[in-house]
Amino acid sequence: MNLLEKVEELSGQNLYACYQCGRCSAGCPMVEQMDLLPNQVILLVIRGDQSVVEAKTPWICAECYQCFTRCPKEVDIAKIMEALRLIKLRKNIDYIKLGELKNLPQIALVAGARKYTG
Amino acid sequence: MEEMAYYPGCTLKTNAKEFEESLLRVFKKLGIRLKELNKWYCCGTVYSLATDNLMYRLAAIRNLIKVMEEGYDKVVVPCSICYNTLKQANLMARNDKEAMEKINSFMDEEPDYDGSVEVLHPLELLREKIDKLKGKLNGKYACYYGCLLLRPKEVAIDEYEMPTIMEKIVEALGGSVVNFPLKNECCGSYNVVSNKEAVIDRVYRIIMNARKNEAEAILTSCPLCHFNLKEMQNEIKKIHADFVDMPIYYFSQIIEEALE
Amino acid sequence: MARKRKEGRKKEEMKMVRIYIMGKEYKVPAGLTIMKAMEYAGYRYIRGAGCRAGFCGACATVYRKEGDYKLYADLACQTTVEDGMWLVQLPFTPANKATYDLEEIKLDDKTLVNFYPEIARCVSCNTCTKACPQELEVMDYIQACLRGDIKKAAELSFDCIQCGLCALRCPAEIAHYHVSQLARRLYGKYIAPKAKHLEKRVEEIKEGKFDKEMKEIMEKSIEELKEMYNSRYIEPEEEEIVVEAD
Repeated sequence: MNLLEKVEELSGQNLYACYQCGRCSAGCPMVEQMDLLPNQVILLVIRGDQSVVEAKTPWICAECYQCFTRCPKEVDIAKIMEALRLIKLRKNIDYIKLGELKNLPQIALVAGARKYTG
Repeated sequence: MEEMAYYPGCTLKTNAKEFEESLLRVFKKLGIRLKELNKWYCCGTVYSLATDNLMYRLAAIRNLIKVMEEGYDKVVVPCSICYNTLKQANLMARNDKEAMEKINSFMDEEPDYDGSVEVLHPLELLREKIDKLKGKLNGKYACYYGCLLLRPKEVAIDEYEMPTIMEKIVEALGGSVVNFPLKNECCGSYNVVSNKEAVIDRVYRIIMNARKNEAEAILTSCPLCHFNLKEMQNEIKKIHADFVDMPIYYFSQIIEEALE
Repeated sequence: MARKRKEGRKKEEMKMVRIYIMGKEYKVPAGLTIMKAMEYAGYRYIRGAGCRAGFCGACATVYRKEGDYKLYADLACQTTVEDGMWLVQLPFTPANKATYDLEEIKLDDKTLVNFYPEIARCVSCNTCTKACPQELEVMDYIQACLRGDIKKAAELSFDCIQCGLCALRCPAEIAHYHVSQLARRLYGKYIAPKAKHLEKRVEEIKEGKFDKEMKEIMEKSIEELKEMYNSRYIEPEEEEIVVEAD
């Protein structure tokens, strides 16, 4: 299964629906922390560019759904980010070391455990 | 007194005790007893987005089953993240028969679930009781919604790009509200565990936006927003020496204050 | 010769069942526990057996029944073999265990998640509860630990025998039994009401109130000690021992 097929399967999204208008990136509150714009992530997945799996962007996405809400084609980009995270996490490669986190509220710890550990 | 099932979530029992305590007292004053479920489990916070990751939705569904089992058809969920997760899971239960067949068969020790429970946020209930909300509230407030009360739009408690539900409550209580363009922009959420700098940056912008519009305090219903908005202020001061603290409250705290 | 034949006949009359120990088939008498059945089949326990009475938790076992998809977990000394059972012993559970000095711990609602942050990975699948041979509500006590309710966690896990089956079955890789052990220790040290009569007695011992009697006992012969023991005063059983709260 190639990268695009894998992402489409995990996210349930049709990435070809995206016509690169950039509204997702315009509305994304985390975009300045990212190394790829959300619309660029879609482009790279379509091209089968494996470097996107190593990008920071999917791990910075805070699942706020602003992109999805504003996408004219209703592409749920948060789901695409989740798919890219899972490609790593399901190989047992964690993004954080849970044991190093101290004194965070349970709500942050559980969210971090779910989004950043496999 | 009317009684409704209430799901607190882990953080209302720990970091956000003042949210729980004030909310229960406000509802009591309005004639509604919020009865905590006898059994409840961490909702999992963020909703799982992968099509095949049903395991991460078990907790939410199990909680909804507990609501049903304890004889209620509605549940009140104050924490924005818990609300979002339970609401999204409930929509799945109503709309995705195939997923629910798998979940029901996996949770063979529990009765089957089909989405019959209604998940409510306390702000929705307060909107209905707005006539009863009279008080002498002082101050100018910025109402911060964050993400999960509004998006995805299927779970929104109000108009998702231009919510006013909290503002209407503050105004009913005699307080004033300010325009606040960043009221529905993310605080950085769980990035606080992995990328704190991003959250510090977000919180700085949000607070400065509220301050420029003359807010004296920010209101929220999300314990993670509250933690980020409050705790990151000390970090902000290390970067911006002239930064002045902004008070952060749960909406229920100021309602309680106003009703007294 | 005659005696041997008689024994043989007796053996034929005994109902036998087929079990599979680590994949190999054995015929063993029905009604044996898994532990006894394994010994009957010729296995000798070096580890993985302890009290043989369901208290020590050393003989964790997992098995499946013929035609049943479920994976059962239980204690080998407490479970009777069934025809067509597939089983294996799990004499040890590798599990992360935090090191701590109970005297130094700062007690708050983050104590347990700070020592065991993996409890934040619980998905409420309930597999731990289904695996527990003590029939504890394991998922419920882990959830109590997560929200910092040490009292509830201690109460719900009180009968844990540390067999480790919960930890082996958990998809979130939690070592439940170590987490709840810490919860019980914290409960005992910091939360449970102190037994005043115990404190009083310790004080009396320190003050030397019983020194004279101890000395007398030390000087007695074995015969005298036996006599003392046999004629000792035994308190009548009480329905409930009430511990005075602070």
